[in-house]
Amino acid sequence: MHLDTLPLRQKVRISSIDWTQISDNEGRRLRALGIESGAIIEALHRGILFWRDPIAVRVGRMSIAMRSKTAAAITIESLSDDKGAMHHG
Amino acid sequence: MDNPIIALVGNPNVGKSALFNVLTGARQKIGNYPGVTVERKAGKIMLGDTQAELLDLPGAYSLDSTSLDEQVTRDVILGRQAGQSRPDILAVVLDASNIESGLRFALEIKALNRPMIIILNMSDLAERDGLELSPQYLIDQLGLEVIETVAVRRRGLDDFTAVCQKTLLEAQSSDLAVQTVGDDVLAAIISDTARESYKAKANILAKGAIVNETLTREWTRNLDAILLHPVGGILILLAIMFLMFQAVYAWAGPPMDLIEAGFETIGGFIDGAMADGFIKSFLINGIIAGVGSVLVFLPQILILFFFILLLESTGYMTRAAFVMDRLMGMVGLSGHSFIPLLSSFACAIPGIMATRSISDQKDRLTTILIAPLMTCSARLPVYTMIIGAFIPAQSVGGGVGLQGLVLFGLYIAGILGAMLAALLLRRSVTKGASSGFLMEMPRYQWPRPRDILIGLWQRAWVFLRRAGTIIFAATVVLWLLLTYPKVPINDPAYEGVSQVDYSIAGRIAGTIEPVVEPIGFNRDIALALIPAMAAREVAVAALATAYSIDGDDEDQVSLQLGERLAGKWSLATALAFLAWFVFAPQCISTIAVTRRETNGWKWPIFMLTYLFALAYVAAAATYWTAVAFGLG
Repeated sequence: MHLDTLPLRQKVRISSIDWTQISDNEGRRLRALGIESGAIIEALHRGILFWRDPIAVRVGRMSIAMRSKTAAAITIESLSDDKGAMHHG
Repeated sequence: MDNPIIALVGNPNVGKSALFNVLTGARQKIGNYPGVTVERKAGKIMLGDTQAELLDLPGAYSLDSTSLDEQVTRDVILGRQAGQSRPDILAVVLDASNIESGLRFALEIKALNRPMIIILNMSDLAERDGLELSPQYLIDQLGLEVIETVAVRRRGLDDFTAVCQKTLLEAQSSDLAVQTVGDDVLAAIISDTARESYKAKANILAKGAIVNETLTREWTRNLDAILLHPVGGILILLAIMFLMFQAVYAWAGPPMDLIEAGFETIGGFIDGAMADGFIKSFLINGIIAGVGSVLVFLPQILILFFFILLLESTGYMTRAAFVMDRLMGMVGLSGHSFIPLLSSFACAIPGIMATRSISDQKDRLTTILIAPLMTCSARLPVYTMIIGAFIPAQSVGGGVGLQGLVLFGLYIAGILGAMLAALLLRRSVTKGASSGFLMEMPRYQWPRPRDILIGLWQRAWVFLRRAGTIIFAATVVLWLLLTYPKVPINDPAYEGVSQVDYSIAGRIAGTIEPVVEPIGFNRDIALALIPAMAAREVAVAALATAYSIDGDDEDQVSLQLGERLAGKWSLATALAFLAWFVFAPQCISTIAVTRRETNGWKWPIFMLTYLFALAYVAAAATYWTAVAFGLG
């Protein structure tokens, strides 16, 4: 499952990011904001009208806006898959 | 020894500027770093009896820069920024509610081995969010000075000066003060392995520093559910913008009347106290009619800036960018461009400067090229004068005035023009892949009256300085060109020839007139357009000076320019004049800042050409449509 189709208000973990679908610059910004494999992420809001794009996600205590196209490159997994790495988030 | 330099460094939205404002008060100097148009904010603070300079660096997430802003921050920190000595202390500001992201950056900076301190700012908001932090834990773990501040309540300011003094002394007795940072050190810090370890360490530190975390009151999230609502969000944004433009009209009336009355009183006083002659004519027709007609618009400009500062300081501006992103995407831009473009409603210069936060170069160039289409405050004098003279002050129902509605329409025309221009530019000269949209949305905050007041004062000062320099000079030159040569008196050959027609300016305007005649412009407009290249509001000053010199009663101070225009221009001409100013790039400062931003003359010349072409076409279309409807 990818981040762009994640239902709202559901915490998941980023299992991998397909960096080839993301420009270098955007990739660096994503990492600077803490969006990397292993991060706990939650979708908060979806954008306007029928586009429902961009989306607002929460990582840690930050709300971050990103386009669905970027979110589609982010693969997520359920938190219960590996309880050992549970985050306090 | 030179005054020590302390730099405030940190992520965007951690309250750095608020902290900077309370620490420096009004003792600030806003300028640019030489060669780049990134804003340099510096101020003076006292450390005991030593005076120090405090720098507020642009927000950054990492030393691995992705935008011009971050690049300047990195270069200043390293002492590589031209025209800026290296800071003696790096004061890394963290948002107490979100220390993890700030700590990652702080750890990168710590690896530079420069004198530094850590500031946990906005600790009151963290408490409200149910977060309790232990500064002592961070002191122990990092071996650095860590203090807590609440900029808005002036809490922790004494701690700040105390730890700065202490850190300076320690640095002087070690070799930290002189040590430089090599490229190898920087490369090591921004390498993937190093960043991975900072991330892990920041995570551990953040967990350790949080003593207690109770359930947070999620009011930012609740507010976002409304303000980012798929439909409601757009309606709210439109309502806010509409309110903003109605307020510009409704609230500014009384103070404008007051300023107008003030100038009339001064004019009347000069009229009574001085003998007729060169100086008197210069003061009344030149200075008071010219500069006065522009100063009258100060209240409107301040109201506009008030709204923009308010939207920025509450955190709403990034929500507006979120709401607008998809629509901006349709013309090849992103929500990132929305903030610079909204700032351009106040003035294209800060707007163009704000584009430096856009990381994609083609997005940035497109935004710069369309920024002058946003209706800046310098157009307000022109719009207000014409609307006041030609559009009846009646209500269209529901408390909405017709004049405000027309003004709103002009703003919309500018926006649509900009969108169309962006669409075409993105398919031609700035062609390239879309850059995407990625931005942090800070928590909502109550606006800080002090910061808004400081911001307003700075904007007012810039406007007054402009009125006192560019506009003053343009007015004086125009007055001279309009006054000389004098029409020969008592010579029957010149019977009935007006002074304006006979003057140098009138003759120049006469030669331009044929060019602008097809778009409905008369000689007076041709006359006003030339000095208005310096700044748009000079058009008003120029018309005021011209009519004042040509007036029946030479000594009368006439700020009632609108009434004279209404008698002399057709409605079609007035509307064409408005349409012209929606597009025409008549502002020397904008051209200059574009040249600096784009490093050359290519883009400013392109900008001038396409905007003048648009202005000409728009004015012609408006004029001939209006004439077709019998308004000529």
